[in-house]
Amino acid sequence: MHVHDFFQAFRLAADLVLAADADLMEIIGLSLRVSLTALVISSLIGFPLGAAAGIWRFPGRGLIAILMNALMSLPPVVVGLLVYFTFSRVGPFGWLELLYTPTAMIVAQTVLVTPIIAALSRQVIEDLNREYAEQFRSFSVPPGAAIQAMLWDARYSLLTVALAGFGRAIAEVGAVIIVGGNINHYTRVMTTAIALETSKGDLAFALALGIVLLVIALSVNAAVMGLRATAMRYAYA
Amino acid sequence: MRERADQSDAAETNLSSLPALFPAQTRSLVFEAGGKRLIDNVDLTLQHGSITVVMGPNGAGKSLLLRLLHGLLKATSGDVLWGGRAMCEDIRRRQAMVFQQPVMLRRTVAANIDFVLKLHGTLQRERRDELLEMAGLVAFAQQPARALSGGEQQRLALVRALAAQPDVLFLDEPTASLDPASISAIERLVRLAYDDGAKIIFVTHAFGQAKRLADDVVFMHGGRLVEQGPAKAFFDNPNTREAQDYLDGRLVF
Repeated sequence: MHVHDFFQAFRLAADLVLAADADLMEIIGLSLRVSLTALVISSLIGFPLGAAAGIWRFPGRGLIAILMNALMSLPPVVVGLLVYFTFSRVGPFGWLELLYTPTAMIVAQTVLVTPIIAALSRQVIEDLNREYAEQFRSFSVPPGAAIQAMLWDARYSLLTVALAGFGRAIAEVGAVIIVGGNINHYTRVMTTAIALETSKGDLAFALALGIVLLVIALSVNAAVMGLRATAMRYAYA
Repeated sequence: MRERADQSDAAETNLSSLPALFPAQTRSLVFEAGGKRLIDNVDLTLQHGSITVVMGPNGAGKSLLLRLLHGLLKATSGDVLWGGRAMCEDIRRRQAMVFQQPVMLRRTVAANIDFVLKLHGTLQRERRDELLEMAGLVAFAQQPARALSGGEQQRLALVRALAAQPDVLFLDEPTASLDPASISAIERLVRLAYDDGAKIIFVTHAFGQAKRLADDVVFMHGGRLVEQGPAKAFFDNPNTREAQDYLDGRLVF
């Protein structure tokens, strides 16, 4: 490849983004839909789970913490493989016929992101609980209300936790490519499209998606830092 | 003012229907941690209708005693009895505690009070505003509680405790790190709570403060209850050597 081709690819990529190319937009749209849905489900499971593990003392608590932390670094391809088996014809949920659908991709990313949300929020809530525990005991706060109160009071930190989970979901390729199959107009998301277009040699399209993905990743990080700063300023953190 | 009087009337009527908390007693109370006996066989009786100040040098077990009375810690052996009954959730809900380091919820000043009012099913704007007024924090109502100064935080912690309408109010060196104006504000609020019918159990190091507030004094030393009696008698003529030395400002080991 010549240097000329290299810059050509960048120009084409910029054109695609700026022209809001229909195929490009469809892929971005599906990416956001899958990852955001997975994030919402993961948050609904992960926050209460993390809070409970951060507050309650029970036998095997340390083990749970280690397990949660270990699950945080689950390789996406392994998650993809497990979900693939589960939904495959011979798997326990094969009858749902979900393999190669966006739903399967959402499930895979949920499996991937939930441990991250749970493990990180456990840490956040445990720290907050260290400060609140005695006062809450003095107030006789019921356990359910205590969890609710701490989730609310840790909301800024937990939002950054959620953003970390979203960053993981939107950027992974291993899980969605296995269970989604990268089917055009149906299960093709940014990361799988980049992998495919690069191998096909359509660098411009791959680059265009790469740029969008990069912008999303940077925005997420900027949002995290902005939130931190805001929370600090208002002394909520 | 009229309203306040009405409310305390209501509180008293309410109080009489609940089982009495007094006399409060500890019997052969022992607390051990890390192989050390930190509370050593304490037999204490507390009556209603007075401000009891707990004094003693560092490590005497004052804070531990407060936590055992409030049920935040479990005794190694011995009993804590309120009106003859063992400590339970129902009893603790009728008590409140102010800690040396105020624990501010990461919310606004108003929301800190609302949290306790809600727990007691008495969430009302008027009640909250009244408490903010007492603490002189009306102007800060919508500010984050953690942005307040140390003295303001402790005032908020105190009225937040009063939001529970406690029959017993524990204070664990609440003014240890505050300036004179804040100390005076805290003492005023404690008096208000007392006038409203709460039993006050106040831990302090400061003689001046103890003399200003105390009706009776509990003097602790080395985890033991050394002396208990009316404040005037204690300060004028302590019975024990340890108390004498402590009041003389000598080093007590």
